[in-house]
Amino acid sequence: MTTWIDIGTLADIPQRGARTVQIAGEKEIAVFRTSDDKVFALVNECPHKKGPLSQGIVHGHSVACPLHNWNIALKTGEAQGNDEGCTPAIAVKEEGGRILIARPTALKAAA
Amino acid sequence: MDFQNNAGPGAANEEEIFVPSEDVREHLVVVGNGMAGCRAVEELLARDAGRYRVTIFGAEPYVNYNRIMLSPVLAGEKSFDDIVINNREWYLDNNIELIAGDPVTAIDRAAKTVTSESGRTVGYDKLLIATGSDPFIIPVPGKDLPGVISFRDMKDVDTMLEAAGKGGNAVVIGGGLLGLEAAHGLTLRGMKVTVIHLMDTLMERQLDEAAGWLLKSALEGRGQTILTGANTEAIYGDGKVEGVRLKDGREIPASLVVMAVGIRPSTALAREAGLEVNRGIKVDDHMVTSDPDILAVGECVEHDGNVYGLVAPLWDMCRSLADGLTDQHTGYKGSVTSTKLKVAGLDVFSAGDFSGGDGCEDIVLRDASRGVYKRVIVKDDRIIGAVLYGDTADGGWYFDLLKKGEDVSGIRDLLIFGQAFASGGGALDPKAAVAALSDDAEICGCNGVSKGQVVACIEAGNCSLDAVRGSCKASASCGQCTGLVENLLALTLGDDVASGPKTMCKCTSFTHDDVRREIVAQNMRSIPEVMQLLHWSTPDGCSSCRPALNYYLLCALPGEYQDDQQSRFVNERMHANIQKDGTYSVVPRMWGGLTNPRELRAIADVVEKYDAPMVKVTGGQRLDIFGIKKEDLPAVWADLNAAGMVSGHAYGKSLRTVKTCVGSEWCRFGTQDSTGLGVKIERMTWGSWMPHKFKIAASGCPRNCAEATIKDFGVVCVDSGYELHVGGNGGIHVRATDLLCKVATEQEALDYCAAFIQLYREEARYLERTAPWIERVGVEYVKQRIVEDEAGREALRSRFLYSQSFSQDDPWAERAAGRHAELHQHLEPIAIAAE
Repeated sequence: MTTWIDIGTLADIPQRGARTVQIAGEKEIAVFRTSDDKVFALVNECPHKKGPLSQGIVHGHSVACPLHNWNIALKTGEAQGNDEGCTPAIAVKEEGGRILIARPTALKAAA
Repeated sequence: MDFQNNAGPGAANEEEIFVPSEDVREHLVVVGNGMAGCRAVEELLARDAGRYRVTIFGAEPYVNYNRIMLSPVLAGEKSFDDIVINNREWYLDNNIELIAGDPVTAIDRAAKTVTSESGRTVGYDKLLIATGSDPFIIPVPGKDLPGVISFRDMKDVDTMLEAAGKGGNAVVIGGGLLGLEAAHGLTLRGMKVTVIHLMDTLMERQLDEAAGWLLKSALEGRGQTILTGANTEAIYGDGKVEGVRLKDGREIPASLVVMAVGIRPSTALAREAGLEVNRGIKVDDHMVTSDPDILAVGECVEHDGNVYGLVAPLWDMCRSLADGLTDQHTGYKGSVTSTKLKVAGLDVFSAGDFSGGDGCEDIVLRDASRGVYKRVIVKDDRIIGAVLYGDTADGGWYFDLLKKGEDVSGIRDLLIFGQAFASGGGALDPKAAVAALSDDAEICGCNGVSKGQVVACIEAGNCSLDAVRGSCKASASCGQCTGLVENLLALTLGDDVASGPKTMCKCTSFTHDDVRREIVAQNMRSIPEVMQLLHWSTPDGCSSCRPALNYYLLCALPGEYQDDQQSRFVNERMHANIQKDGTYSVVPRMWGGLTNPRELRAIADVVEKYDAPMVKVTGGQRLDIFGIKKEDLPAVWADLNAAGMVSGHAYGKSLRTVKTCVGSEWCRFGTQDSTGLGVKIERMTWGSWMPHKFKIAASGCPRNCAEATIKDFGVVCVDSGYELHVGGNGGIHVRATDLLCKVATEQEALDYCAAFIQLYREEARYLERTAPWIERVGVEYVKQRIVEDEAGREALRSRFLYSQSFSQDDPWAERAAGRHAELHQHLEPIAIAAE
C-alpha cells in the first residue's frame, strides 16, 4: 500500500531545477524537473556528505551535488562515474496535472 | 547508526554458502576472517585457484572488512559497506565456506581438526592461523566496567557511536595512532574528548618530540584535551564507567572510556595447541609454524624476532605464504616499514630510525606558520630515518632512498626541500615528482605496490582509479596514495589526453577559447543557441560547461543577456555561501572594510534574531554570519538592507572584497589615503561577474598591511604615487603579484584597475584565477595591453564601466522584495489517500 502525496503542479518546480518538500517525520525530499519536463524525487541528501541535492545543477537526468560535484542519477539516486553511493529514490506520478510522490516510509516498507 | 542492520546484506550466513560435498582437494582451514587471513587466501587463489578447498572461520559476524578504515566509519566519513573488502559473492564465487561469528577455540593437532565455540569440528590438511592481535587492556581497577571498550572491531565502533549519540565526555587512554583516531571520531561525533597518554610525546613510536608537539597543538586547537605524561590509576564508576582517575589524583569524568594503549599478537589458540610461541607465533620464512601443517600470518606471528602491526608487512607475508603453499617457495625476508598516516586529518610520516645516536646527523626544516616540520636523519651519507609533519609529499621518496641505501652526499644541500628541488627541477609539480620515482619505488604502502606495478596495471587497460584499485590494489586500502596513483594514471595515459587541446568538458570537443571566440564571432545569445551551433553532445550540458557558458554570454552581452539562474552554482543562485550542513553564510558588504555602529547593530540583531551559531571576521575584512537557513535568507537580507548594507558577493565568481589599511588618515607611516582609495575601488568594481573570484587590496605604504601583493589586483601607495600589482594569490599555490606599473594619481589607479579587470573578464577562461592566467599569457602581454596601449586601456575601462552599469543592483534587495521566492520556500504537501 502506498500513500501518495500531492505536492503541486509542474509549474511549481523550475525547469532544470528543484524544490523541496518536508513531510513530518521524514527526511527532506528534493523534487526535480528536468529540461524535458520529467519529474523525479530523491531524498535531499547526497550519498557522499549529505549535500542538499535540490541546490545542485540539474543536467540531463542527473544532478550535480552542490558540495563536491558528485553526479547523481535522478531516476535511481545512484552516484555516477567513479563515485559510489546511492540516495533513496522516491516514486513520482502525475495525475490530472498534479505531481504526486510516494510517502517514503511506505516505499521503505515495500522494498 | 546501526551497523548490524547495515551489514545485513553483507553479513554471512553459513547455511546458504554452497560447498561441494565430495570435494577431494586438500582442505585449507583459515582461522581468522580479517585482513591477513583473507589476503592470504586471495594471494593463493591468484596463484592456483583450484588447488585447495578453503574454509574460513571468523570471530566477527561479518564478511572481510578493512580494519584500517574503522576510523573513517567512526568519524562518519564512510559506512560499513564502504569498507568491506570481500563481499559474500566473493566467498561464493570462490567456493569458500565462511563460518562467521563462530571463533575457533581449540586445535587438535593429532587429529588435524579445529573446534569452534559452537562445537563445530572441522578437519584440515593445512591450517592457517591469522588471528591478528588483541587490544591490550591495562590492568587497572574498573577496566571491566560497562562503557570501557577498546577500538579494534566493528562492535567497538557501534558502542562508540551509541555513546556519542548521548553526548557528554569521553576519555581515550593512549595517544598512539588508534587512540588519536578514536578521539578524532568521537570529537566529530560531538563528544568532549580527553586523551590520556603515558609518554611525553604523542605517537612516540612514529614521531619525534617536535612533530609530536605540533600534532598535540593541532589537536588541542580542535577542542581536545591532551594530557601527556599522564598515568591512569583507576577507572571509577558505580555499575558503569563514570570517569578516570590519574596517579596524580586528577579525575576526569567520562561516560565512555576507550582503551587504545596497544595491541598484542593473539597467540592463545596457538599456545594451547602447543605451537612454539614467543612474543608471537614463531614462523619460518614461508610462514610455517613449528608444526609443518600449520601456518600463521599477520599480526599474530613473530618472524625473525620481529612482530609487525602495520599492514604492508602483512601483505609481504601473505605473498610468501601463498608462494609456499603453491610450491614456489620465495621466502619472506622481513619488512622495513614506513608509516605515512593521516591522523585526524593531519599528515604524518615516519620511516626508519629517528632516535639519533653516534654518527647520526639531522637535517631539519621548520615552517612554524604552515605547521610543517621535516627531519631527515643521515648517517654515513645515507638516509636512515625521516620524520615529516604537515607536508608528507616527499615521504615516499625519502623511504625509497632509505630502502635502497643510496648515497645522498651529492644532493645533501637540497635533500630537505624534497625531491623536486633535489632533482634539480625546483618546480613543485607533483606529476614530475612521480615521474622521477624509480620503478621499484613504493606507491601504495598498504598493499606493497610499486610504481612499476601500478604502471603495468594501467598499461594493461585499467584506465581509471577504480580499475587500478580493483586490479593491483594500489590505493585500495587507506587511500593515502590516491594522489600518486592519479598522477601515474595521468602520466601513463598522458599521450591520449595530450593528443589534442583540453576540451571544455565532455559535452563538447571545443576548448574554452574556441567556444568563447565563436560566441562573439557568431553573436550567439543564449546557452541553448551555443549548444546547438557548436554541436553539444548532451541535451543541456553539465555542471562544468553551463556556468562557463552563462558567464561567457554575460560578459559578451552586457545588459542584453538574460542570466540563467539554473546554470549558476548554488552560491550564486542563492546569493549566499552554502556550508557543509546545507545552511548558508551571509556576508554583507563593508566598503573597504569600513563599518559603523548602525551596520554593526544590524548584524548583531540578525545574528540574534536568526539564531546564527557563529559570526566570524573574514580574511577580507568583513563579517560572515553562519548557519542561516535558506528559508530565512530573504528576511535576513531585508534586515541588512534596512541598515544600508548590500550583498558582499562573498559567494560569487566576482569582486569579493577590497581590503585596506588605515593609510595616511591615521597611520604615521601612511603615504596616501589608501582607505579612501579602497572604498572608491570597491564602489567601482562591486557586483561585477568574473571568470573566478577576484580580490583587491590597497596598502598605504610599502609595509603593505593590507597584503596587496597576494591579491588579484593590489595597490601599494608610495610617496610619489601608486604601485599597481597584479596576479597575486594567497591560496593553495601562493603567488606574489607582478608589478604592472606605477601611476601618479588616484584616478589613474582606478582607471588601470578597471581596464585590468575587463581584460581578465574578457580573456581568462572560466574558473581561471588571475595568477594562472598571467602565468599562461605572461605579464609582458598584460603590460602591453594595459600600460603601453593607452587607447586599448581606455576602451577596456569603458567596456568595464558600461558592463557595471547593469550589474550594480543589489541582488539581495530584489530577493528580499520577493523575487524568486520559490528558491527559499518548500513545496506544501497535501496528503492523498492510500491505494
